[in-house]
Amino acid sequence: MNDMSPKKERSTLGKWSRRGFIGAGVLAGGGLLIGVGVRPGNPIDKLASTVAPGDGEQLVNSWVKIDINNLVTAIVPHCEMGQGAHSVLAQMLADELDAAWDKVNVMQAPADGSYVVGDTARMFLAPFTMNAADWIEPTWDGLFTQMAKLADAMITGGSSSIRTTGQHSMRVAGAAARKMLIGAAADEWGVPTGEITTRDSTLFHEASGKSAPYSEFATAAAEQPMDHTPVLKKPSEYRLMGKSKARTDIPDKITGRADFGIDAVPEGADLSYAAVVRPPVPGTSVESMDATRAKEMPGVLQILNMGNFVAVVADSYWQAQQAVNTIEIGWSESESPIKTMDDQFAAFAAALDEAGATGGKEAAAKGDAPGALAGAATTIEAEYKAPYLAHAPMEPLNCTAHYKDGTCDIWTSTQVPLMARSEVAKTVGLSADDIKIHHPYLGGAFGRRLGAEYVAMAARIAKATGYPIKMIWSREEDTQKALYRCADMNRLRAGLDDAGKLVAYDSVFTQRHDPAEACVPAMYNIPNTSVRVAEAELHLPFQAWRSVDHSQQGWFIESFIDEAAHAAGKDPLQYRLAMLQEAPRHRAVLEKVAEISNWREPTADGVAKGVAMVESFGTIVTEVIEVDMSSGKPKMTNIWAVCDAGYVMNPDGFRNQIEGGIVFGLTAAMYGELELEGGAIKQSNFHDYKMLRINEVPEIAVELINSGDVPVGGAGEPGLPPAAPALTNAIFAASGTRIRELPIAKRFA
Amino acid sequence: MASFILNGQETTADVDSAMPILWVVREKLGMNGTKFGCGIAQCGACTVHLDGQPVRSCSTPIAEAEGREITTIEGVSGPEGELTAVQRAWVSEQVPQCGYCQSGQIMSATALLRDIPQPTDEQIHAAMAGNICRCGTYTRIRRAIKVASGQLEPRSEEA
Repeated sequence: MNDMSPKKERSTLGKWSRRGFIGAGVLAGGGLLIGVGVRPGNPIDKLASTVAPGDGEQLVNSWVKIDINNLVTAIVPHCEMGQGAHSVLAQMLADELDAAWDKVNVMQAPADGSYVVGDTARMFLAPFTMNAADWIEPTWDGLFTQMAKLADAMITGGSSSIRTTGQHSMRVAGAAARKMLIGAAADEWGVPTGEITTRDSTLFHEASGKSAPYSEFATAAAEQPMDHTPVLKKPSEYRLMGKSKARTDIPDKITGRADFGIDAVPEGADLSYAAVVRPPVPGTSVESMDATRAKEMPGVLQILNMGNFVAVVADSYWQAQQAVNTIEIGWSESESPIKTMDDQFAAFAAALDEAGATGGKEAAAKGDAPGALAGAATTIEAEYKAPYLAHAPMEPLNCTAHYKDGTCDIWTSTQVPLMARSEVAKTVGLSADDIKIHHPYLGGAFGRRLGAEYVAMAARIAKATGYPIKMIWSREEDTQKALYRCADMNRLRAGLDDAGKLVAYDSVFTQRHDPAEACVPAMYNIPNTSVRVAEAELHLPFQAWRSVDHSQQGWFIESFIDEAAHAAGKDPLQYRLAMLQEAPRHRAVLEKVAEISNWREPTADGVAKGVAMVESFGTIVTEVIEVDMSSGKPKMTNIWAVCDAGYVMNPDGFRNQIEGGIVFGLTAAMYGELELEGGAIKQSNFHDYKMLRINEVPEIAVELINSGDVPVGGAGEPGLPPAAPALTNAIFAASGTRIRELPIAKRFA
Repeated sequence: MASFILNGQETTADVDSAMPILWVVREKLGMNGTKFGCGIAQCGACTVHLDGQPVRSCSTPIAEAEGREITTIEGVSGPEGELTAVQRAWVSEQVPQCGYCQSGQIMSATALLRDIPQPTDEQIHAAMAGNICRCGTYTRIRRAIKVASGQLEPRSEEA
C-alpha cells in the first residue's frame, strides 16, 4: 500500500508482490482481454502458502475487456454494498486507458478462485503494514483469524477497494491495455508509438490525420508485448480520476430494477421459502420442539429441526414466518455465566482489575508511562464502557439455495463469496467446484456479510428438503441471533505536567481485533504511552463492524484526550494542535475544520461544539459537531468534517461515504445498545434498536484535502470513528455532562 | 382471490386475504422493487401507494387493497420509463448508497411532493421520518426533495 502514491509514475504491484503478473488474451469473437494480478509474493513466507496454496494459482485482481463494439468492460472483484466501488474502480481503469466514460461498463467478477483480491487479503492479513507506527505490536490473534479466511480471499471490506485493487490493478490494467492498443496501431499505420495519442476510446496519429476506435485494434493488441510495469498517469494528467462522475449503479437503484440477494429468482426453479429460528442464547441447541400448530398452518411444506436452528419451509415467506413463530422450542442450557450486561461488564472489570496498573498484554509502549504518571503534576483517570451493537443492514440476511444432482447454486448478498462457497462445500459435503455463488448487490453489510453462516444454513435447508429455497431471516432474527460489534471497557489514565501538557497516557481494555493501531493515540506527540489488553470472554459472537476497533477506540481515545484538555484548562482543538507539531497533515485537517466550523466564535447559551480526530484506513478525519442542550436533551444542529485521504478519486462519492459513516457512528452513539436478559438479546427490531432518522440529522459539510504524496486512503469507514467523540465532547462543552457509557440517549432518557 | 389495480393493471392473486401486500407483490407477482426491511412498519423500505397514499406494505393485508390502486416503485416512472422529478433529483444529488431503502424513500417523497409541492424542512421530516436509511443518506434525501421541488439547483457532476 505504500508504493502507489498518485505522484509515483511507475507501477509496481506493491512491495510484497514483485512477482505480480499481467496477461492478455483474445476474446471469443474478437477483442482484447487483460488481467492483472499478483502471485504469492508475500514476504511473510509462512502466510504465503495460505494466500495461494497451488504454485500455479493466479490471483487476478482485475480484468479489462475491450470488445469489437468499442465497449470497455471493467470486471471488478469487489462487491457493491453501497460504497460505490464498482463505479470508482471503473473510473480509475478508464482514466488510464483513456476510455470514453460513456462507453465503459462495469461487471461484477464471478465468485471464482481466479478473482482473489490479493491486495485486500494482504491488508486483512498484515495490518501492521498499514502505516502503523513500528512500536505498535501486530494483532497476531486477529492476523491468524483472518488467515483462515484467506484461502477464500475475495473480500470487500477494510475500506480497501480503491487503495488496493484500484491503485494496484485497475490502473495497471488500463495503462497496459492502452499501451498495447497503441502498439498495434503503430504497427498497422507504420508510425512510431510515441506519435500516437489516445482520447475517448480512440487512437490518433496527428501527422497523418489517422484515427481509429480502440475496437479496431483490440484483437491485434492482444499480440503486442505487454509492459508489466506501465507508466501511470500523474495527477495533472487525470481526466476521470479526481472527478465526481455519477455512480453507474444509481439508475437501477431508483427504479426498483437493482437486484439484491433477496431478489433472487432462480430460473426454472419452483421456489419455496424458509423462515428460521436460531438459539436465543449463543451456543445453545434445540432440545425439544412442538410444532403441532405449525403443521396445520396453510402453505407449510416442511418443518425441520436442524439441531442448532429450526426451519419452516412454506409456499411463501410470510406463511413460513408465521408458522415458525408458533413452534415451541426448548433450548439447551447455556454454559455462559453471562446473563446480563452487568455480568458482561463485571467480567471486563475483573480482567482489568487483574491487569492492574501495569499488567495485561502490551499493545503499544513508548517511553516510561508508569514513571511519568507517578511523576505527573496532575493525573486524571476514567472508565469508559461501550455496548454490543448489531450491524442491522437494511436488507435482512437471506440466501437462496438450489441443491440438485450433486451441485448447489447459491444466490446471496455477501462480502466474501469465495468463503461462502467454502462454507457451503463443507456444510453440505460438496466440492467447491460444484458450487456456484451468484452475488448481486448487497442491501448494506457494514461488516456483517463478512460472515457466511447464513449461507451455509440455506444450503443445509435446500439439501434437507430437496426444494430450491429462499431463506429470509426476520428482522428479529437479524437483531438478536447474529454476530456483533463487541462490547468493551477501557480504563484510561493520563499525566499532565505543570503546563497541562500530556506527558503520560495509559489505557487498558479487553477487546482487540483490527486494525492493530486503532487502540493507540499514535498521531499525538505523547512522550510516554502504554496501551494494554486484558482479555475477557465475550458472551456474544464477534464480527467486524464498520471501522472495527476504531468504532469504540476512537471514542475512548478522543473522549479522554478531551478530558485531558479540559483538565489542563485548554481549548480542546488547540490542545490537540499543540500535540501535532510533527504531523503537518493532521494539523492542516484540524485547522481547516476550525475554520469552516467557526470553532473560535462564541456560541449561544446551551449550544457548544465538540471536536474529534481519528486516522483510520489511511484517511485522517476531523469532525466538529454542534449540539444544542437547551432543552436538557442533545439536539445536533451542525456537523462539519474535514478529511485528508491523500488523493480522492471521486470527491462526491467520497463525501457520500463520509456522510454515511458519520450518520452510522452517530446512530450508534445516540441509540445503539443491545441488552441481555437471561443471556439473550432484548432488543428485537427498529422500535427498540433505534436508528437516527432524517429529522435528527442536521446538515453535514464535508471538505476534502488532497495532500498528495501519501498512499491513497479509504472512504467507507474513516468517517465513523470521530463522530461519537465529537458529539459527546460537544455535550460536555454544552452541559458539563461527560458521557462515559454509550448510548447517549440512555443518559438523557 | 384478491383483486386490485397494480401500477395501472387489473390484477388478481390467489392468496390468503391476510397476506401483506409486500409478499403478494414480491413473491406472487414477481415485482421485487418493493423491499422487506422490518415487517412491523418501522423502517419504510416496503412503502407503496394505496390509492395514492403511502402505506407500509409489510403490515397492510392484501384484503385492504381490494378494488383499490396499488402503486409500487415499478409504477412511478412515465409510460416510456421516463424518470419523475423525484427520481431525477435522486440521480443529480447521487442519493443512494446500497440503495435498498431507496424505493421506499422515493415512494414517500413522491407522495409528499404531490401533496406539498414546495415542502419546508419540517414538512420533509414529517413525511420522511418513517423511512430509515442505514447508509445515512438523509442529508442528500433532504436536498434531493428540494431539488425535485425546484427549491434548489441540482448538483453539477464535476463538483
